Amino acid sequence: MFKNLLSRLVQGLLVLLVLYTLTFFLVKALPGGPFQSERAIPKHIRAKMEAYYGLNESLPVQYGRQLKNYLRGDPGLSFRLEGRPVSEVIAQAFPVSLQLGVLAMFVAVVVGIPAGCLAAAKRNSLIDSGAMAVAMTGICLPAFVIGPILAEFFGRGLKWFPALGWDSTSPSSWILPAFTLGLAYAAYLSRLTRAGMLETLSQDFVRTARAKGVSPWNIIVRHCLRGGLIPAVAYLGPAFAGIISGSVVIEAVFQIPGLGRHFVKAIESRDAPMIFGPVLLYGTLVILANLVTDILGVWLNPRLRKSS
Amino acid sequence: MTTEKGTSLWKDAWLRLRHNRAAIAGLVILAVIVLACVLLPFLPGVLQDPNAQNLADKNLPPGATHWFGTDQLGRDIFSRAIFGGRISILVGLITTFVSVTIGIVWGAIAGYVGGRTDALLMRIVDILYALPFLVIVILLSVTLQPWTAKLTEWTVKGVAGTDASQAAIGNVRTWVEPITTLVPLFIAIGALSWLTVSRIVRAQVQSVASMDFVEAARSLGLGHGRILFRHILPNTLGPIIVYTTLTIPSIMLFEATLSFLGLGVKPPNSSWGVLIQEGANTMFSNPWPLLFPSVLFSLTLFSLNFLGDGLRDALDPKSAK
Repeated sequence: MFKNLLSRLVQGLLVLLVLYTLTFFLVKALPGGPFQSERAIPKHIRAKMEAYYGLNESLPVQYGRQLKNYLRGDPGLSFRLEGRPVSEVIAQAFPVSLQLGVLAMFVAVVVGIPAGCLAAAKRNSLIDSGAMAVAMTGICLPAFVIGPILAEFFGRGLKWFPALGWDSTSPSSWILPAFTLGLAYAAYLSRLTRAGMLETLSQDFVRTARAKGVSPWNIIVRHCLRGGLIPAVAYLGPAFAGIISGSVVIEAVFQIPGLGRHFVKAIESRDAPMIFGPVLLYGTLVILANLVTDILGVWLNPRLRKSS
Repeated sequence: MTTEKGTSLWKDAWLRLRHNRAAIAGLVILAVIVLACVLLPFLPGVLQDPNAQNLADKNLPPGATHWFGTDQLGRDIFSRAIFGGRISILVGLITTFVSVTIGIVWGAIAGYVGGRTDALLMRIVDILYALPFLVIVILLSVTLQPWTAKLTEWTVKGVAGTDASQAAIGNVRTWVEPITTLVPLFIAIGALSWLTVSRIVRAQVQSVASMDFVEAARSLGLGHGRILFRHILPNTLGPIIVYTTLTIPSIMLFEATLSFLGLGVKPPNSSWGVLIQEGANTMFSNPWPLLFPSVLFSLTLFSLNFLGDGLRDALDPKSAK
């Protein structure tokens, strides 16, 4: 188990290296440079600027020097934001994105898993088909369609929540974005939970429990939940990855000042340091999420413990 | 003498699929939408120019001349939705084809050869799995822009001829540009999204490869290529087909998301994603430009998902319960 975790960690570092390399060459291949503005910059000033940021060196040298900086935890200075440290921008914008992501994950788990259990328990009933129809809707409607509709209905129509924006001190502004972001994942989770629970409910030990007179509630919660949740839990890692990068879209829909917007703007303005920072941060989060998922999976499924 | 006539897997599956009302409804709706999007643009006089602006007729509700109404520039929403649908469907099909092809070859080799090759190939899949996909694709879409622009110019010249009139070039550009700007990007996306297919195929190949008929083929002296592609792969088609029907909608959703962020199809050209984004901008004053493309898009995704679920149940009777 411990050895397995260690090898996953090593693999995670390898993933980060691949991600860094891929990003490095994609950024170098981006058309246009960071110092293109309306007014042409005189050649000698431009050369000075490029030398200052180390852009005049050969590619392998830049590759190595940058990598060393990242290993030291120094993502450098932003081009577009006139030399503001990238770490400062991330420290300011990332908490908003993280809060949004965690809330959306909460929505996904709290809505999706109980809905899936309920659908499995009341299989082939109206509740089951209703829940699965809602889940299918959640999967098929893109977030940028659901978002404006919710904003129009609950924000401008009923005036329950603000239609746009984000205020980290007022929870009512969190609800619509978090719900919009989490909905599709809630839908997937409910389908996976339903399938997993149905599989577990069809096993012999459930029949024995039923014969012994265990109540339906206890069969679901005490006997089946642990085994039935395995497929859903395995999906939590990819779901968190999707939510974290999906917040780019939600931040555009609800005009939230998170990291995703900085990232899209950085690509538009060829702001290389401001591209690397978020990419590596997202990558690290995805790896950590997958690691936590693996640990949860082993805890839920004792059969995995022997093989590792 | 009577012989027992067996039903083939496919006939069996079709019999089961026929009784799944949701899947059949999905199949019919899908056929109608796809045929409309593919055929209508070629029928003269049915569709109006999707990019023609007519400010006198702006923001019309649905009516006899404009079936779905018009947007804030007076463009006909019906023909924009059809032309946009053509792009969305094309992109979904091409990308899925690329990704499924790579995934089949990769997974089949890993599963059939096994050993160190298998370990290496699957480790690569593990690593690619952990990359933040949307983030890389956003980067990729911007990186590819100058190449797609060149491709567009080259194709427009090639199709219209060098001495064509300005109007003729514009005409050609209308339908060439969305395709040439998107297709390279989506081939690239396909080349990044084959991971799940390769895992599915590998598992299938591994289980089929240990069966007796493969042993029989080997003892008859058949080569590895023939055994793998003629005997093993056809037996893994079921899960592949199911996965394919479920991949197309997710790719179409992806195209819509990219276009929504301004990184896919560029206005004035349309795809369902662009139309939905434009419609969302004006939804407070005129809901029709949002409503109709969203309904078409969602209907297509619904149909593909229901069809995929139905196919899974039909091809794998054990899971149908």
